[in-house]
Amino acid sequence: MIPDRARFPAFSRLLHWLMAVMILAMLLIGIGMAASVSERYRVLVSIHRPLGIAILILVVVRLVNRLFNPAPSLPATMSALEKLGAKGSHVLLYILMAVLPLVGWGMLSAARYPIVLFGGLHLPPILPHNLSLYSGLRQLHTVLAFLLFATFIAHFGAALFHGLVRRDGVLESMAPSLRNLLQSEHRDRQSHD
Amino acid sequence: MIRVHELISNLAVRLALIGCALLCAIFVFGYVGGWWSPQRLTQDRMAAAFLQVNGPHPGFRLNHAKGVCVTGWFDSTGEAIAVSKAAVFQVGKVPVVGRFSLAGGMPFQVDKPTTVRALALQFLPSGAQEWRTATLNIPVFAVNSARGFYDQLFATAPDPRTGKPDPAKMTAFLGAHPETAKALSIISKRTISSGFFDSTFNGLNAFRFVNSAGASVPVRWSFLPMASLPEEAMPQPTPADENYLFDALIAQIHRHPLQWRLMITVGAADDPTDDATRPWPNERRNIDAGTVTIDQVASEDGGASCTGINFDPLVLPNGIEASDDPLLSARSAVYARSFTIRAGQVHEKPPSAVAVNPRAVQGTAP
Repeated sequence: MIPDRARFPAFSRLLHWLMAVMILAMLLIGIGMAASVSERYRVLVSIHRPLGIAILILVVVRLVNRLFNPAPSLPATMSALEKLGAKGSHVLLYILMAVLPLVGWGMLSAARYPIVLFGGLHLPPILPHNLSLYSGLRQLHTVLAFLLFATFIAHFGAALFHGLVRRDGVLESMAPSLRNLLQSEHRDRQSHD
Repeated sequence: MIRVHELISNLAVRLALIGCALLCAIFVFGYVGGWWSPQRLTQDRMAAAFLQVNGPHPGFRLNHAKGVCVTGWFDSTGEAIAVSKAAVFQVGKVPVVGRFSLAGGMPFQVDKPTTVRALALQFLPSGAQEWRTATLNIPVFAVNSARGFYDQLFATAPDPRTGKPDPAKMTAFLGAHPETAKALSIISKRTISSGFFDSTFNGLNAFRFVNSAGASVPVRWSFLPMASLPEEAMPQPTPADENYLFDALIAQIHRHPLQWRLMITVGAADDPTDDATRPWPNERRNIDAGTVTIDQVASEDGGASCTGINFDPLVLPNGIEASDDPLLSARSAVYARSFTIRAGQVHEKPPSAVAVNPRAVQGTAP
């Protein structure tokens, strides 16, 4: 039977998919610019900084939104451990979304690089000029970025597992277009059973 | 539709689909990071090349490892305002942090007249955007791409058996990089001045200046030495000591500030902006943007101002923009990697070769 589940409100879904695109782009731009010595380097750096700040602003909007629009409850078919994993991984995602841009801003400050958003718009430094501090934050930025990518892979895998294997409405609660498709298909199957 | 439905109703197929999706995501991530393309030139491979050729020198810059910190100021004439809206070109005085250095990744190399000399500068207009530039005492750059630079590193590296570069490698390199052969013939014809104080330092890469009306022009820039003192008043560098170029520079700055005129060369529309090995015609218009005065010098150790600075050529104020020269991205990327590596080694760094004796400051102060 189809679980009767509430979906995320439209604004929550909009924020989720907007940030999903931004964060995936950010991860790819980040690993690409840290490797590149080609002309793409300059372009990637110039996107990475303002995009990171945009994510930082959006994660604040998203946390506030989450206070007013809590997530729908997880299906009863999930075990306590699965629910703990789901909650924990989401907390980790939120922490990384907020901390990575701050570490980036902080490390540029400690290195005394100008923090350029657009041509005329620079952000002020938030930490003192200190090479050791820069080095530590620069390494932390990489470690956290890989952790975010790993968490994304877990999130993506879990979402697909809910949608394709469990078919418990969790994926559909965030994905309106998929929801219609999968639920109608689900109903078809149910009617044949 | 029914076939697709039947297919994904099979649990194994559905799990395989999920696995494929995750592997695809990881593959794309690794591809962008260069993990699956060992031939691609990356920041890691460029840094490894410096280490391979020069050996490890913890805490020093990968290139231009031997140097000394200076400070001073820039007096702008205001004449460059017509072509650039950058705050640094407004009439007035701007503090400057700089570094004189020798090309090469060996921090303890012996000063030689033919070694390429560099002047890196950071302009810090108060309350406005800063400008960093690194310039060399050669008329054109020897390579025009990151690959050219990488190949040149190995072609000019001393052979461990002879202690000298292998001529066969150099011939092969020049065959693969005809632009370098042409550039080296221009560079070999230059007049080499006696020291840092009378060297002309050229920006080499092209940039674009944008003025307040939004007009963009291609530019290159140079710092031309000013003969501010009669020669007999200045200690002349003589090749005797291993630090003779730097020691003469320090003695000169202690006696009298040194000055360079910042000359902006405005290119024509069809002058090459993407190839630092090719000179622009001599008749191009020059703008006298102002004078850089250097009046303080300090060793890199002990918290000198230039030590914590990466003279990244892409730290540009509004009004100066990068051109299509691929070397700008390459330099910026590799400088950043070098900076990150040495920032993690500040506690392992031995003292720099160039020491500034504070007693000499008191002894010669006018």
